[in-house]
Amino acid sequence: MAELLSEIVDKYNYWLYIILMMIGLYAMIVKNNLIKKLVGMNIFQTAIILFYVSTGYKKDATIPIIENAPGHGAHATHTAIEASQYMNPLPHVLMLTAIVVSVATFGVALALTLRVYQNYQTLEEDEIRMRLRER
Amino acid sequence: MMTQLPAILVAGPFLAAFAVSIFSWLDSRYCYPITLLGLLTSLGASLGLLLQVTHTGPVHYTFAGWEPPFGIELRIDLLNGLVLVLVSGVAFLNLPASWSMIRRDMHEKRGTFLALYLLLVTGLLGVTATADLFNLYVLIEITSLASYALLAMGNSGRSPLASLNYVYLGVIGASFYLLGVGYLYILTGSLNMGDVAALLPSIASSQAVLVAFVFLIVGVLIKMAFFPLHIWLPNAYTFAPLAASRVIAPLMTKVMIYVMIRLMISVFGLEYVFETLDLSQAMVWLSSLAILAGAVMALAQNELKRMLSYIIVAEIGYMVGGFWLGNQAGITGAILHLINDALMTFCLFLAAGNLAYKLKDLHFESLQGIFRTMPLTMSGFTLAGVSIIGVPPTCGFFSKWYLLLGSIEAEAYGFLIALIVSSLISAVLFFRIFEIGYFEPLHHGHGHGHGHEHGHGTESAIAEAPPTMVIVLAVVALGLIAVGLASGSIVNEWILPIVPRGLM
Repeated sequence: MAELLSEIVDKYNYWLYIILMMIGLYAMIVKNNLIKKLVGMNIFQTAIILFYVSTGYKKDATIPIIENAPGHGAHATHTAIEASQYMNPLPHVLMLTAIVVSVATFGVALALTLRVYQNYQTLEEDEIRMRLRER
Repeated sequence: MMTQLPAILVAGPFLAAFAVSIFSWLDSRYCYPITLLGLLTSLGASLGLLLQVTHTGPVHYTFAGWEPPFGIELRIDLLNGLVLVLVSGVAFLNLPASWSMIRRDMHEKRGTFLALYLLLVTGLLGVTATADLFNLYVLIEITSLASYALLAMGNSGRSPLASLNYVYLGVIGASFYLLGVGYLYILTGSLNMGDVAALLPSIASSQAVLVAFVFLIVGVLIKMAFFPLHIWLPNAYTFAPLAASRVIAPLMTKVMIYVMIRLMISVFGLEYVFETLDLSQAMVWLSSLAILAGAVMALAQNELKRMLSYIIVAEIGYMVGGFWLGNQAGITGAILHLINDALMTFCLFLAAGNLAYKLKDLHFESLQGIFRTMPLTMSGFTLAGVSIIGVPPTCGFFSKWYLLLGSIEAEAYGFLIALIVSSLISAVLFFRIFEIGYFEPLHHGHGHGHGHEHGHGTESAIAEAPPTMVIVLAVVALGLIAVGLASGSIVNEWILPIVPRGLM
């Protein structure tokens, strides 16, 4: 039991992303309202973004900007760069792109939802299905 | 110039997309020529690349001179050289064939349509050419975003809802892929396919590699509409404007299958996939199920586009199952079928587009007696249908032959039966349409829009689609036979060198 607990506490970032992802997936499957589904979709994507961001983090590390870099101060001290002192910036940079992608997807999806609303005057999925059957 | 070809390939349609969206505000007459020019550039570049690859081996291109593990690399070898020619060729041929349709149906949205079309092609070419896992994700999303918008431009009123359902599933698929890339990045610290492939064998026993593999493959399977995950496809393709679905239907699913093949060959390696993992039997059974389910559901349809959509679902099973057979014949068949099926689907949708240009809908009763009024279009349709059934010398026969050989060799008799049964079902499907079109009397609703000038006295008068539409259809339909006859040299020249030799 204690082992399991420490396993969960040590890797809490992974557990958090799984929980968030499941919340998003639940909303996408269960919710009846198209906008709520979209919100679920966004939570789903955000969970993955947080997962990436957390993998780049290190304890007691700082952002990857080298202090006293040679070239700026004329008398800068040359110290060897220790990788362990800096966080990994690559996942964060990747996620900037992923955020742009998710915003674009959200925009397209909202535009489509608007068109759906104009066609059926409702955003509830069961009502739309009823209208489709009537036609 | 020759060394810059990979960049020109992707940049051509990409820059043209910007130019088109600017000119759609200034003077929309220039949009069409610019689009054609952009597509022609990429077609030329891909042909040049295929030649280069055939003669001198794989082509590497690094953006801004950043060497592979750090920068983004485009890598073109025999496999994606072929797929690139296929994508740019289909995209280029489709535009003149669909232009009269776009002009008639899109009104003031023409410029938007063309810009999206170019972005779609950019994305597809990029997905095919890239050798970077994260870059692949971004390009998949560019392709998908363009296709969501294009598919929603139909005028039936139901297309936005169908496209929205595609968005939900497409996002889940892409997110799974992204998650898989994340696992691989944590494990190896690299995003370049070749680099990851070199690092993976030392940690192949790790459970995390398996999880990464499953996430990547499931994500791609959703995007390609593999059977239980196919529900978005039929509605999205049926209600879409035909000018768009003509290019999305043959290319989107095939490029995703290419991504699956690329991940399995170049990232995880076939040894890992077929020997360390014990998934191939399950995947082949699932594919057999996909083939049968797609074929049976196609039987239940009474609308042409819907029927074709379910045929696509069945055909995806052919390629996925063939590849997962894991022997030389199966993999060869899958890759050959990827090319053949793209051409066959393109030909079928071209014919469907010509019909839709003249008829008010594509329900089977509207097709009565259609052979009399549109003989050329229906000849093209017949040829493509015969090819889907798998009659020699059309190309569909040869890839099916390889798949059959592969399934016998792997003793996957379920897959063998699925292949044969689905061929029989597609024979039923197409001969039903031939019968309706050839023997039934002419449908009275026919000639809608154009029938008034002809009057009812000349019911059997030929009323073909515009010449460019018919010519492109004829070229593609004859191409089916040409590719069929040349399939021996295609296999020897381009496909066999890719298939690893260690396999049976």
